[in-house]
Amino acid sequence: MNVQAALFYFFAAILVFAALRVVTSRNPVHSALWLVLAFFTAAAHWLMLRAEFLAIALVLVYVGAVMVLFLFVVMMLDVNFDNLRSQFRSYIPVGATVGVLVLVEMALVILGSFLKPVTAPAGAAAARGSNTRALGSVLYTDYVYPFEIAAVVLLVAIIAAIVLTHRKRKGTKYQNPGDQVKVRAKDRLRILNIPSEKREGQA
Amino acid sequence: MNTLNLLPVLPEILVLAAACVILLVDVFLPDGKRHVGYWLTQITLLICAWFTLTTMQEQPVLAFNALVVDDVLSDLLKFFCYLSVSAMLFYSRGYMLARGLFRGETFVLTLFSLLGMMVMISAHNFITVYMGLELQALSLYAMVAMHRTSNAASEAAMKYFVLGALASGMLLYGMSMVYGATGSLDLDAIARGVLTGEGNRTLLLFGLVFIVSGLAFKLGVVPYHMWVPDVYHGAPTPVTLLIGTAPKLAAFAITLRMLVVALGGLAFDWQGMLMVLSLLSMILGNLIAIAQSNIKRMLAYSTIANMGFMLLGFVAADPNGFSAAMFYSIAYVLTTVASFGVVLLLSREGFEADNLDDFRGLNQRSPWWAFIMLLVMFSLAGIPPTVGFYAKFTVFQAVIQQGFVWLAVVAVMTSLVGAFYYLRIVKLMYFDEPVDTAPLESRGDTRLVLSMNGLALLLFGVLPQPLMGLCVIALAYSGFL
Repeated sequence: MNVQAALFYFFAAILVFAALRVVTSRNPVHSALWLVLAFFTAAAHWLMLRAEFLAIALVLVYVGAVMVLFLFVVMMLDVNFDNLRSQFRSYIPVGATVGVLVLVEMALVILGSFLKPVTAPAGAAAARGSNTRALGSVLYTDYVYPFEIAAVVLLVAIIAAIVLTHRKRKGTKYQNPGDQVKVRAKDRLRILNIPSEKREGQA
Repeated sequence: MNTLNLLPVLPEILVLAAACVILLVDVFLPDGKRHVGYWLTQITLLICAWFTLTTMQEQPVLAFNALVVDDVLSDLLKFFCYLSVSAMLFYSRGYMLARGLFRGETFVLTLFSLLGMMVMISAHNFITVYMGLELQALSLYAMVAMHRTSNAASEAAMKYFVLGALASGMLLYGMSMVYGATGSLDLDAIARGVLTGEGNRTLLLFGLVFIVSGLAFKLGVVPYHMWVPDVYHGAPTPVTLLIGTAPKLAAFAITLRMLVVALGGLAFDWQGMLMVLSLLSMILGNLIAIAQSNIKRMLAYSTIANMGFMLLGFVAADPNGFSAAMFYSIAYVLTTVASFGVVLLLSREGFEADNLDDFRGLNQRSPWWAFIMLLVMFSLAGIPPTVGFYAKFTVFQAVIQQGFVWLAVVAVMTSLVGAFYYLRIVKLMYFDEPVDTAPLESRGDTRLVLSMNGLALLLFGVLPQPLMGLCVIALAYSGFL
């Protein structure tokens, strides 16, 4: 068994285990963290296939953005919030394990590729240089039309998100700093001249 | 193919630019001046229609590395999309004003969903089909949810979003299978791959099943119809009108391009699948519509049944069938626009005219609108001399020519069942006493457009040949005949 196959089985085992834990762990935060591990391991697989762009995109987009958002949502929803707080310490072993495993994986991939060049699969060999460059060059030439449409889809997503969440509530007190700065004493204080009442029977 | 020819996508560029301009202009408008955005949208549609019709060319033009095609078929379908979107805006102005939906975002999202439909109609590559579909669907999900105070609308938006995402996923999965089998996403290259038999046939058929399922979701035919009644019912009526009309033309276009152009070599296989879908839709749609007391739900089941009839044209799988299906789609869109137009007309501030009972005695309240609704119902039921009759007649004819007499018999039986619930509305309007006697108020332009729309159903019913001729010519010039 060569190094490549050994690495593959190592990552595959972690990936399968992490994926299993995502669905079996009782705590949504644990699940999310295991999912992070699963994504990292999948990215390692892609790196071994020399699809480095996809691997980086997976880590950046899924681990960096989607999972963070996911964790936000999990924590915003009131899922056993008291339990979460009381068991805060108990996450440290899980988090640390995941973190260490991710580090080890990254180290193994980087060291593995330095130690022995991986034979490229047939498809990847066609791309000269990095496949990030190859993807970029077709994306902005041959496929510029769907690329632009994708940009429009994102614009629609932004507009839709604002339309669905932004509203002016009635009765909400908004502050206008400009008005606050320009305020004068007479806007705040009104001096009224009220004649004193005459006492009964004094007339 | 290194030169960048922007002429074929000029209408798309116009719509995109206009949507961005309206988005910016709207920010600076005071609340009382929202109609500026409205009229800008209408003017955009007018200019696009003019461009689309004047730049029509006999030969299909491929652009952007053959990702986009500009042919007579796409020009014609786009024209009818502009028409139905414009009619939707005309009919729903009063309704949207009364419900706080008359906002710049409504117009912008409408234009973006129109852009998505245009991209779908002009697609010449699976990627383009998918991107157009997503753009159209995403805009519509947001529009369904825009009426936030309504629980029904939120529920409808959620269902539409989840099921729509599932459908997109299935379509994408099918596309990836076809890509795996033929090594290309270009429609012509896939067609060549299928015909030469290079591709793995099992893989192709596997992909085909998913593609047909995805398309069936978008058309809303049984057994992928679950979203239709809830979304039609829950969405604000103008949005229902939008969902029920122009996207059907876009769905027709991608069905034609994906099944006939790209996977024409598998016609025998998809013919059978579509036959089952069409049969189930006609039977289930027409039967369940009888039990509905809400007109939006009834029209939703009517849509399911009508899409079943439209698919009969694809079951025939010959030039006559395709032109009949195209005629059916256009006739259906013209009729549906008018039907929701009347529902919108009867609604007023704080009152939705979406129950069948709201149509009681309409003849006494307004004979003219009762007559227009009569034309709409006759057209949906397929009673001459309306356009719906000729549409049904041509699809039945196409099916019978291919030897599926039994299919035509079943279709006629189901349309007889359908006639019951369409004519029930006519009975309610003409022979019952009105429950609601509030005067019908509407804007002059709404009345004018809705009257023209209603009369068009009659006109195309008496003289169907010009429109039918247009469909045949469009398909012939676009290489389908």
